[in-house]
Amino acid sequence: MASTTLSRKPASRFRISRKVLPYVLSLPALLVCIGILIPFVTAVIYSLQRYRLSQPWGRKFNWGENYWNFLFNDPGFWNTLKISLLYAGITVTLELLLGLGIALLLQRRSRINNFISIMLLLPLMIAPALAALMWKLMTNPGFGILSYLAGLVGLENFRWASSPDTALLTVVLVDIWVYTPFIMILLLAGLRSLPTQPFEAAALDGVPRTFVFFRITLPMLTPYILTATLFRLLDSIQQFDIIYAMTQGGPGNALTVFQVEAYLNFFQSTNIGRSAALMVILWAITYLLSNTFIKNWLRLRERARGEA
Amino acid sequence: METTSPLERIFRFVALSLVVLFFMFPIVWIFLMSFQTNETILTIPPTIVFSPTLSNYAALITGKLTTSAGTLDIAFMRNLMNSVFLSVTSVALSLVLGVPAAYAFARHKFRGSEDIAFTLLSFRFAPPLLVLLPLTQYFQWLGLSDTYVGLIWVYQLICLPLILWIVRGYFEDISADVEYAYRIAGHSWFATFRKIALPLAGPGIAAAGLLAFIFAWNNFVFALVLASADKQPVTVGALAFVTSSGIQYGQIAAAIVLSVTPTLALALYAQRYLVEGLSLGAVKG
Repeated sequence: MASTTLSRKPASRFRISRKVLPYVLSLPALLVCIGILIPFVTAVIYSLQRYRLSQPWGRKFNWGENYWNFLFNDPGFWNTLKISLLYAGITVTLELLLGLGIALLLQRRSRINNFISIMLLLPLMIAPALAALMWKLMTNPGFGILSYLAGLVGLENFRWASSPDTALLTVVLVDIWVYTPFIMILLLAGLRSLPTQPFEAAALDGVPRTFVFFRITLPMLTPYILTATLFRLLDSIQQFDIIYAMTQGGPGNALTVFQVEAYLNFFQSTNIGRSAALMVILWAITYLLSNTFIKNWLRLRERARGEA
Repeated sequence: METTSPLERIFRFVALSLVVLFFMFPIVWIFLMSFQTNETILTIPPTIVFSPTLSNYAALITGKLTTSAGTLDIAFMRNLMNSVFLSVTSVALSLVLGVPAAYAFARHKFRGSEDIAFTLLSFRFAPPLLVLLPLTQYFQWLGLSDTYVGLIWVYQLICLPLILWIVRGYFEDISADVEYAYRIAGHSWFATFRKIALPLAGPGIAAAGLLAFIFAWNNFVFALVLASADKQPVTVGALAFVTSSGIQYGQIAAAIVLSVTPTLALALYAQRYLVEGLSLGAVKG
């Protein structure tokens, strides 16, 4: 009897604090973030208004007109959508192929492989905006090493980011340089964590290596590939730093992806309504993507925990 | 695996050499460029044989750039200090706010905890300009525009979700039994958190903090929108410097080298934490 009363007292105090404690602990973090949610709502309201800083008197709700215009009389919007999807599609596909290839090359643990994988981490640690400046120096038409090398292989007037024809190619190249290591790291971690038995069994049976790759390695690696792809897709469709630092969206409207176009709309043409509507559409795209992603991720986590 | 043909070995060697060349060349090239005078840089064909000069770094550090046209003031060192200050304080604040919250999310499954955790995570994926553009107007009303406080607050959008998610994963991996035993022994909740949970999650907190620092340092768009010249970090400052100095390529290269050195040094110093943080943040949570 005495022992139960003794143990009950601290236990009940424990229970009360258990109820309140998590809220107390997470509240500050929440408050900081809720302050950020208010501008989010504001952005949605702006997107439903006719709002130009140059004509403040004309500011009024026009409801869906900004979005309606996108659909029917705004070729600029379709250009933005096209370039954003093209940019995200090309960068993520190429980075995935390249990242997988490099991860396979570095799969075996050896001193030289570990050293190389650390070296490859470096571009990822460089700010994308600064990486763009590095490549800008290297592709300078006057003295850039890459312009010189292009000249050597017969492309005398290859103008990299300053020509509308090759601007996309140039920023894609910078994106690949910065972000391929990200995919490489994830896939390398995935490859190295795969169980060894299936591979040993396949080797014993003399199964051809292409078969092993497509039927064992690739399926087992799929969760990592999916995660890496969605992570990159979400970042890539929102790319701003590389493109803005390299060309400010130009030449012309060659590189006006969503965020660049919204930035230019806000600060240069001061068409706040259109800028906000662009961001809301981009947000909707990323929301759909990230929801798919989070569901997939949760399943992965559960499977990882179940096996552990 | 052990039986690799000579042909395959040659293929591997060539492929890896190309990979290393592609990813390392820009870093090496800009590094070399930062020790060249403008005359050397403009030489055609480009050369890697040159007599190195420290004049580019000297110009940046003294903040005075002497050209034939006159003297130009460079605020680059100020940008560098801004980067250090903004990143360090943002990460520190994020750790203070985020680690206890991560502990709460990991240990106590309270009502709505998953929803809240997801909402916080979704900040990681929202387009930054969606929030930033209206925020410029709010900051003007609140008197926060172009202040360090305002910037550090907004930087929480980068640091906090990262820390919350990585550290939460680490707390979840620690068995609650140890903590429970310690509590039964009569220790307070706070003592348990400080003496048991924090040390056990130490590596995770370090990885998360490191990653958050690098992300904060490398951020560009927040400061581009919200800060004026004397509050800008190096990412924005370097771009402004390119526009203002025009053809001082050597100094631009040196500015880039100085701007990327801290994150590269950190990456090399703590690469194991970093790889762990990146893979955890992405795959495991």
